[in-house]
Amino acid sequence: MNDSQVNRTSLFKMSAPIPSSTHECEDSMASVKAVSSAAPLALRIVAECPVSKARACTLTLPHCAVYTPVFMPVGTQGTLKGITVDQLEDLDCQICLGNTYHLGMRPGPELIEKANGLHGFMKWNRNLLTDSGGFQMVSLVELSEVTEEGVKFRSPYDGKEILLTPEQSIAIQNSLGSDIMMQLDDVVSSTVKGPRVEEAMHRSVRWLDRCIAANKNPDRQNLFAIIQGGLDAKLRKACLDEMTKRDVPGFAIGGLSGGEEKDDFWKMVTLSTDHLPREKPRYLMGVGYALDLVVCVALGCDMFDCVFPTRTARFGSALVPWGSLQLKQKQYARDFQPIDPDCQCPTCRRHSRAYLHALFKSDTAALHHITIHNISYQLALMRSVRQSIIEQRFPEFVKAFMKRMFASGEQYPSWAVEALQSVNIDVR
Amino acid sequence: MRLDLSRVAQGCRLGVLTGLGKSGQHSLEVPGCLLYTRCATVPHLTQDTLHTLRDLPSVTQVSVDSLAEHHEVLEEFKEGVRKFAGLHDTVLFCSLHDSANTSPAGHVTNKTVSVWGSGGRIELTVARFMAIQAAIQPDCYQSMADGETWQAGTSRKRVRKAVDRTLAHLDECLVLHQKTQELKQAEIFGVVEGGDIIEERLRSARETAKRPVGGFVLDGFHSAAMDQDVRAQLIKATSAELPQEKPRLVLGVGRPDDVISCVEAGVDLFESFFPFQVTERGCALSINYTIDPDPETAGTSTPTVLEFNGEMPAVKKLNSNGDENMMPFEMNLRDKRCVCIEGDTPQTHMRAYVHHLLVTNELLGGVLLMLHNMEHYLGFFKALREAIARDCLQNFKNRVLHCREGD
Repeated sequence: MNDSQVNRTSLFKMSAPIPSSTHECEDSMASVKAVSSAAPLALRIVAECPVSKARACTLTLPHCAVYTPVFMPVGTQGTLKGITVDQLEDLDCQICLGNTYHLGMRPGPELIEKANGLHGFMKWNRNLLTDSGGFQMVSLVELSEVTEEGVKFRSPYDGKEILLTPEQSIAIQNSLGSDIMMQLDDVVSSTVKGPRVEEAMHRSVRWLDRCIAANKNPDRQNLFAIIQGGLDAKLRKACLDEMTKRDVPGFAIGGLSGGEEKDDFWKMVTLSTDHLPREKPRYLMGVGYALDLVVCVALGCDMFDCVFPTRTARFGSALVPWGSLQLKQKQYARDFQPIDPDCQCPTCRRHSRAYLHALFKSDTAALHHITIHNISYQLALMRSVRQSIIEQRFPEFVKAFMKRMFASGEQYPSWAVEALQSVNIDVR
Repeated sequence: MRLDLSRVAQGCRLGVLTGLGKSGQHSLEVPGCLLYTRCATVPHLTQDTLHTLRDLPSVTQVSVDSLAEHHEVLEEFKEGVRKFAGLHDTVLFCSLHDSANTSPAGHVTNKTVSVWGSGGRIELTVARFMAIQAAIQPDCYQSMADGETWQAGTSRKRVRKAVDRTLAHLDECLVLHQKTQELKQAEIFGVVEGGDIIEERLRSARETAKRPVGGFVLDGFHSAAMDQDVRAQLIKATSAELPQEKPRLVLGVGRPDDVISCVEAGVDLFESFFPFQVTERGCALSINYTIDPDPETAGTSTPTVLEFNGEMPAVKKLNSNGDENMMPFEMNLRDKRCVCIEGDTPQTHMRAYVHHLLVTNELLGGVLLMLHNMEHYLGFFKALREAIARDCLQNFKNRVLHCREGD
């Protein structure tokens, strides 16, 4: 048996009270592995799948509780595209993302701080997670240069050079006042090989320490570490060993969900969860396709974010359990059923595919309808995953999910089958 | 449908239009506005966001411009646009054109008019027009009309033709209306044309009034096309020829000062495309319409971008710099000067947030502005009605028009 299976205890019953992770961890490394009682975060493991590495937890953050596994929609510029915060709350979203790089550029941290932080600026009363700006190093690579000091960006708006250091990133995130902040990490694309990957991994560890030191609000804002190491198992393991020595309330698995092969991707995810502490949340960054979410929950991840559902909505693509509908296509012009007859979101309760198809030609509200549906789809998926874990039928859920998503067993992507196999779920 | 006037003072008609809709349960206060939509959606707003606004008009306006291209789909759907669009329980009024768009001229013939959808021009005979109405299934609609007399220098001959054609179209529409099952309970509104020629206006009004119509649409008075005083005179004269107990709706008029002028001339109903145009300019409406700010209700309304309660926005003179895109009665939220970050209030935060959304081209900017602008516009109409009811119209005019003239 591997480490993770030894550490997991036997079946939990819903009715039995679960000891709080901050108080009753029997592991001898308790002082490091358990969440520090000073951190504004508490993780309660409500249920674990006895077959795979999936778990269902309650993550208590400063603004409200978050039920995991959770999908976090991305509101890069302090807005979730055309959706109001009231609509987001009505969808039962408990946490969403903002981006430090973008908001640091416009409107800038001083203004947001004056507006009572990003919560006050957006009028969002639930949790916020801010990314550090690290990913923009990869996505905007023509504009950036990395040194030990930090990342030099050339602003696309006025050509000015900005230096984003770990200290600067944390300072901006302190002004934004997010409930979870991400360390500034040295991100390399997962398709890059060679010594740059190792350099970035070690630098990320050093930057983690600088970020921890720079956090002005450890009592109100949680700083998560980000495990790097590319697709190299040795580097990942080294990073895990180092970063788990630091007293941070949570860990993210970074450097994946780029253009890498899925076969490599899942192996790095499972390696990471094998070596991350059980009592702290695991956040897999940039993962959002339904299949990827389900598989990575099986591999032990708790939190996910991705622009995909909101981005694809704006192209008229509606997510459904069997794939997606491209509503701008002619075939939907006279299709009078809702996007998904089983979906309970405001869009599906009121509108048909035909109306949305027609509306696309006239008004932006069509985009909003699809965005609401897609966010609802993602959140509902995570809720059903969670419920199945709590009810000890997660493997059955996964099998049913695959059946619905793919026309036949032959079409199941092999990487997903292998990944699930590795945690004892046989979907074929 | 019935119009009960409670007051007629200084030309203004105050009352309630009752018995609206299939069940006859709905009513609409006049003077008032319809709820403007494109393809049956209030621009930028889903039903949920729309219904955060209080006191929405009970009559929703759709146009043949935005629905003609969906004719076949609606015919196949069979249950009308209200159901197709998932609308709430509202009365549906269908106009010919969308007043927020200016359509190219020169496409009217003796037998046809043209509308413009997303795919381009669609030519309509009366038969096709009525088939579209049967598919839309409105509660009221204007008859097909030739309104292309708004261009400067339209000849008398052309204006006369517009009146003649429109009357002919009305008569044809009425015949088909009687034969159309889907329109059995609908009301048809006659359209008064006549350009800027008083005799033609009177002729059009008298002739239209002879037909069995439920109300009157006053066409060709669009804000951009006609001087306010000329418009007021023509409408006043036209009004006198129309039966008092039937409602009058004017097309293409939206600016607060033009609205007031038209109400004084005897108009009851307006479209609400104006708040949408303000939104598209990245502006927030700021009409100074509150007479008595009520300290008890202040701050308890839905948070809007700007709350005035009788105070003027901080940057007064911004609108008078000759900027062509700037109109009075609004604040340009793309302009940093309007965002005024010195004051540390929830309102200034909200303004800064909308400014940020506009500058970063985020969709939520349009949503928040549309909500603010629609709510503000509806508030203006409510205040106008109250001013007429309480006999303080002059006071009201002074406050609203004050910010146009400067100090």
